[in-house]
Amino acid sequence: MALLEIEHLQIEFPTRRGVLRAVDDLSFTIEAGEVLGVVGESGAGKSLTGAAIIGLLEPPGRIAGGTVVFNGRRIDNLSPEELRHIRGKEIGAIFQDPLTSLNPLYTVGRQLTETIRVHLRLDGAAARERALALLREVGIPGAEQRIDHYPHQFSGGMRQRVVIALALAANPRLVIADEPTTALDVSIQAQIIALLKRLCRDHGTAVMLVTHDMGVIAETADRVAVMYAGRVAEIGSVRDVVKSPRHPYTVGLMGAIPTIGGARDRLAQIDGAMPRVGATPKGCAFNPRCGRVFERCRHERPELLPAGATEAACWLYDAAAAPRKEVAHG
Amino acid sequence: MIAFVIRRLGQSIAVMLVVGLIAFSLFAYVGDPISSMVGQDTTMADRAKLRHDLGLDDPFFVQFGRFLLNAAHGNFGISYQYARPVQQLLAERLPATLELSFAAAVIALLVGLPMGVYTGLRPESWLSRIFMTLSLIGVSLPTFLTGILLIWIFAVVLGWLPSFGRGDVVQLGGWTTGFLTLSGLKALILPATTLALFQMTLIMRLVRSEMLEVLRTDYIKFARARGLPNRMVYFGHALKNTLVPVITITGLQIGSIIAFSIITETVFQWPGMGFLIVQAIGFADVPVMACYLVLVAFFFVVINLIVDLLYYAVDPRLRLDRTGTAHGH
Amino acid sequence: MVTESADLPIEPAPPRAAGVLRRALDSDLLYSFRRSPLTVAAALVVLILGGSALLCAWIAPHDPFDLASLSILDSFDPPAWVDGGSWTYPLGTDDQGRDVLSAVLYGMRVSMLVGFSAVGLALVAGVSLGLLAGFVGGWVDTLVMRVCDILLSFPAILIAILIDGVARSVLPHDQQDQIAFSVVVLAVTVLPAVQFARTVRGSTLVERNKEYVQAARVIGVHPVAIAFRHILPNVTGPVLVIATISLAIAIINEATLSFLGLGLPLTQPSLGTLIRVGQNYLFSGEWWMILFPSLALAGLALAVNLLGDWLRDALNPKLR
Repeated sequence: MALLEIEHLQIEFPTRRGVLRAVDDLSFTIEAGEVLGVVGESGAGKSLTGAAIIGLLEPPGRIAGGTVVFNGRRIDNLSPEELRHIRGKEIGAIFQDPLTSLNPLYTVGRQLTETIRVHLRLDGAAARERALALLREVGIPGAEQRIDHYPHQFSGGMRQRVVIALALAANPRLVIADEPTTALDVSIQAQIIALLKRLCRDHGTAVMLVTHDMGVIAETADRVAVMYAGRVAEIGSVRDVVKSPRHPYTVGLMGAIPTIGGARDRLAQIDGAMPRVGATPKGCAFNPRCGRVFERCRHERPELLPAGATEAACWLYDAAAAPRKEVAHG
Repeated sequence: MIAFVIRRLGQSIAVMLVVGLIAFSLFAYVGDPISSMVGQDTTMADRAKLRHDLGLDDPFFVQFGRFLLNAAHGNFGISYQYARPVQQLLAERLPATLELSFAAAVIALLVGLPMGVYTGLRPESWLSRIFMTLSLIGVSLPTFLTGILLIWIFAVVLGWLPSFGRGDVVQLGGWTTGFLTLSGLKALILPATTLALFQMTLIMRLVRSEMLEVLRTDYIKFARARGLPNRMVYFGHALKNTLVPVITITGLQIGSIIAFSIITETVFQWPGMGFLIVQAIGFADVPVMACYLVLVAFFFVVINLIVDLLYYAVDPRLRLDRTGTAHGH
Repeated sequence: MVTESADLPIEPAPPRAAGVLRRALDSDLLYSFRRSPLTVAAALVVLILGGSALLCAWIAPHDPFDLASLSILDSFDPPAWVDGGSWTYPLGTDDQGRDVLSAVLYGMRVSMLVGFSAVGLALVAGVSLGLLAGFVGGWVDTLVMRVCDILLSFPAILIAILIDGVARSVLPHDQQDQIAFSVVVLAVTVLPAVQFARTVRGSTLVERNKEYVQAARVIGVHPVAIAFRHILPNVTGPVLVIATISLAIAIINEATLSFLGLGLPLTQPSLGTLIRVGQNYLFSGEWWMILFPSLALAGLALAVNLLGDWLRDALNPKLR
């Protein structure tokens, strides 16, 4: 049984011009201890999914259908109070901007100890000890002094380490990391990613790593789900998706990544743009831009179908239909 | 920190000097003090002598300097209307105004703060909507109108409370207080409420909008994501961040209570400084006007200074900030 | 401090409209207006009160300033529906025999005239000052902003009272009634002018550094043209909000001044003056003298404030 199972998730936004469906029939799983990367362009629905899992969707957004099962227990229909117990203790979250994630008026130590004391029954001194240990674990030098410092006294990378410490304070089984490195310098990014990877391996924590940066995924994730227009286009192990992508969109994505080796004079690009929410084409969402489109793509929406080593939502891989030529990566 | 304080002090002194200049100009160029002081029969020669004796033909800056020196000693001359020293008049009226302002400030805070917090946390509830509508009315109605309304309801129709004056007061040294007598307290209720109403609605709306703004920040989202209970999120995190700008703006509001007391004192014929200045303006009593101007300016300058210092004390981000500018809002 | 989540859906574009009118009718602004019955009611009140004030010379049953038509015998008549009243004077008469309805209508016109004049004057002065400060920068900017800061730290009513007081002291007694209008307008103009100046200066600073403005300067477009064609359009939103709210405040401040006896005199009464006179008779039972001017003033101030409030929320990009 997987740690997290999402099935046919739908997230809607009722607006005055109609209901907008931002996430449409999304399904994937995360096993205990694994790192699942969720990659896609801005607007594909990645962050919304993360927010929906822990029940922090901002109104008027709401879950309109599907189920979220965590540790064998359905959590999308829990009361706010029950959800609160899960947040922090079982599922942690890290957001994009470390500066605005921390309350500027409280010391780092105070924010750590209050989180610790809410979830673990520790007294003040023991909580502070644990906070110090956490700070050391995330690599903050001089933890004894810095625990009483304010967030603005830390650099960007250090702040994100503090945020990670806060997210892991109560030893959750899953951490949702929403673009954890996007706001950081490139040199710091690598450090933070390595830290995250190490900590999660040490504690056995699963990670849902949401990002638009394939490089980060390739570094850190075990499996990756490629999202497009609120749906999963392809899902599989990182190696397989990167080396031999099946879905035409993923092929385009991999082709658009510049590599240092290899002779290439022009970056391949995918013509057109991802459709805006509410303007999703009928059938397969990618069909207007797909180089291998055929009639069925315009009318029927594909489910995730086995395609070689990965699963792809593409009619090219419908075994029941006439066999098609294998797509060579190149 | 020291540099900041010194700079603000310098600014304050500059403002006071300008105000002093304006006040002095009133003296020097408005009307003729000699004419106000002597009878019609006094000859021109006697007037000239009087002018010379009083130093009124000295150059501008000499007179200004003398004025400043006198002002520093609290000496503003004789009131045209009452023929008594101005500072005596003001000293008599000061307790009345201060007690009224204090009572109003307390009422405004005690009612406005909780209402603001409630409407910020539960903006869609029917109680919040009622509060917001009432607050809009409170902000829209002129102070004197609410005063008259309260007089009409509680004094004319119901007859419960007095409609003018201060009631019986007790003399404590140089101070007269109305707090110690029942009639004094009864007389205080309507004017204090009138004065507080505007401030109360302002505080409520301010707290509410700050609260709503804070609740949308990332650190509140992160606090929720960490599983902190609502109580801690609202009253531990949100409230503290809300109160920082509110405390300081409320401090500034104390100044406007003093200003609005002019109106309230006139409506209720409360024997305070505000009532005095209205009569003085009607009479063109320049010494009183000048003294009031300087006093009020001084008061505001001091309040602004204290508020800026408060900002410094409360917001840790400013302590390391070398530019010394207050957190803008 | 809220991170704009890139994953939030963007609203689909509205259908192509045939003309400007259709687009205006379909706009977010009008939508928000129609949605709020309170705002519509407020707009209606402003139209009715404003309209009747403008047309008072035609619709008022009497001319309250025609001393010849006043009869002291008619004084203290109650409103028409009370015993002793008549429909000649629908809302009763005051201590001089003046018709209260007419006095209220004329008073409303004066109040609104002061309000609009003050806001108009403040607009011209404040916007120009703000543009100047923002464009020229340097010590001009610092000076203007310092003065604005200091003026803003005092309550508007205090500044108004002091300006009025100084004017009264300086001017000879017999001329005071005639220029009372100008003095009051001036007294009430200061606060909105300062607010306009600040807002416009802020926007000017922001826009000045943008590339299209720098490009225009390089081409040689005159700064005044740049100011009007590029910077002002960006500022209309907040200026409109400030103008509406300032109108309500100006009306209230003028009424307060008149109530204190420092504003408009009995020869040209505003609603505040009428209320001042009416207060003297509150206890003796002639309640109509104070009630109707008060209702008019309260209604006007409330309605304009509601409109300003709605406008501010409707134009606030953060709340859309």
